[in-house]
Amino acid sequence: MWNNGGLSPLNFLAVIGQVVLAAFADVGRLSQFLYNSVMHCILPPIYPRLIFEQMVRIGYNSLPVVGLTAFFTGGVLALQIFIGGSRFNAESLVSSIVALGITRELGPVLAGLMVAGRVSAAIAAEIGTMRVTEQIDALVTLSTNPFKYLVAPRLIAALVTLPLLVVVADTIGIMGGYIVGTRSLGFNSGVYIKNTVDFIEFIDIFSGLAKSAVFGFIIALMGCYHGFYSRGGAQGVGRATTNAVVTASILILAANYVMTSLLFTE
Amino acid sequence: MSTDRHIVLEDVRKAFGPKHVLNGVTVDVERGKSLVVIGGSGTGKSVMLKCILGLLDPDSGSIKIDDREVVGLRGSDRDAVMAKMGMLFQGAALFDSLTVWENVAFGLIQGKKMNRKDAKEIAIQKLGQVGLGAEVGELSPAELSGGMQKRVGLARAIAADPDIIFFDEPTTGLDPIMGDVINDLIVHTVQELGATTVSITHDMTSARKIADKIAMIYKGEMIWHGDAKDVDESGSDYVEQFIHGSADGPIQMEVLKP
Ligand SMILES: Nc1ncnc2c1ncn2[C@@H]1O[C@H](COP(=O)(O)OP(=O)(O)OP(=O)(O)O)[C@@H](O)[C@H]1O
Ligand SMILES: [Mg+2]
Repeated sequence: MWNNGGLSPLNFLAVIGQVVLAAFADVGRLSQFLYNSVMHCILPPIYPRLIFEQMVRIGYNSLPVVGLTAFFTGGVLALQIFIGGSRFNAESLVSSIVALGITRELGPVLAGLMVAGRVSAAIAAEIGTMRVTEQIDALVTLSTNPFKYLVAPRLIAALVTLPLLVVVADTIGIMGGYIVGTRSLGFNSGVYIKNTVDFIEFIDIFSGLAKSAVFGFIIALMGCYHGFYSRGGAQGVGRATTNAVVTASILILAANYVMTSLLFTE
Repeated sequence: MSTDRHIVLEDVRKAFGPKHVLNGVTVDVERGKSLVVIGGSGTGKSVMLKCILGLLDPDSGSIKIDDREVVGLRGSDRDAVMAKMGMLFQGAALFDSLTVWENVAFGLIQGKKMNRKDAKEIAIQKLGQVGLGAEVGELSPAELSGGMQKRVGLARAIAADPDIIFFDEPTTGLDPIMGDVINDLIVHTVQELGATTVSITHDMTSARKIADKIAMIYKGEMIWHGDAKDVDESGSDYVEQFIHGSADGPIQMEVLKP
């Protein structure tokens, strides 16, 4: 293959063709997977026990990571806005902008990315191991649909849990800003809180939560998809794990842009 | 054709990319009988079972169960066929997020919607049949030895009393005595339940004990198929070589000679 003129125009076209075909095959497979997953999320039976188990694993266990991320982000945001604002004599905006930035963007996006790192990877590793050790085949022979039993509970759990996590992230993030603002920037505590509460609107919080539900879906979907199609032993599972985290993170950022432009352009 | 053929494979072919694994397998199993498939490592025995189960789609050929074509079956039709079958996987394939008894009871709870308490009772009884006590039921699969995992897989395969049971190397990894206990269990299961079984084994003692019929697969084809008692007079050099486990003969292993 390589020695008979690897760079001839025809070969070059063939390579492009192969890459394009492979990409289409992947997109097709993902669409099929998405369709199956969504159908099994909607159609009964639903397994509440499995969903609850996953909610604990996805949500509760992510609390420390998400909380710490939000706290430091809120703090750093207060510092930066104070420095930037002082150039226009607009230091008083710190509390409002921290609240806005956290609820609209940083809360959902950072929580999404952190959870993607933890949860997409964990799901891909678990389902991938089940695939390569034939546990998924065994499920099928025991009259259990893997989409129903493995995929749907994770999708539903992530979709519900991410907004809950983001509520926590928003609260802790704003609190981080408050602590930095009152302790080291010299704001009056009562004024800071009043500015935050007065300024923030329902749409700020709601848009962040809506985004995070989508991010949760993406996180679980990528974990399940890459795990489900992993091949070739431990190495294949490792690859699936990496791919799950990378694709989930990129899709979260892309979805964030799309949703922001849909929600806020009039 | 007066005999009652439960499973019929005709000219089943399966390739993975350029690699042809099954090259036209034709074989059948009578209802309530036990077929043992022998053959070298990597000749496509496990792939054949997965094709019958519908875990893999053959590229061509026909597979009939109860006179019904099952290749390409989907949805509730597939579920109905699957509900009649049980499988012991070569690597046991136990669910490591569940305890041992939950593994055994899985098909009863998830597939047959039995309540957990009754299912647990049956699971513990089945564990007893494969020589494992009730206390093992509370362990997780990772805490078991390879041979114990195999026996749990066996208990899981027979737990729902299926019509058709596939055993992929049921005695591999067991000591000879436990191996014989498992052989007896398989014979008993066939007689008691009237189940049809297809077993894969490399172990000729086991094959002679559990088989009504023996078939030998070589390079993705059935090269011999006959009654178990005739296996010693098969007239096939390949079968002769296999049952005597000799390195000399028509089957040449692709290894580098030292
Ligand atoms: N999913 C798969 N993708 C690609 N190749 C496969 C797949 N499954 C099996 N094969 C190939 O098919 C061939 C037959 O595999 P199979 O597992 O059926 O062997 P076997 O007869 O059961 O051997 P053993 O006695 O060692 O278990 C092997 O060469 C294997 O590499
Ligand atoms: Mg095998």
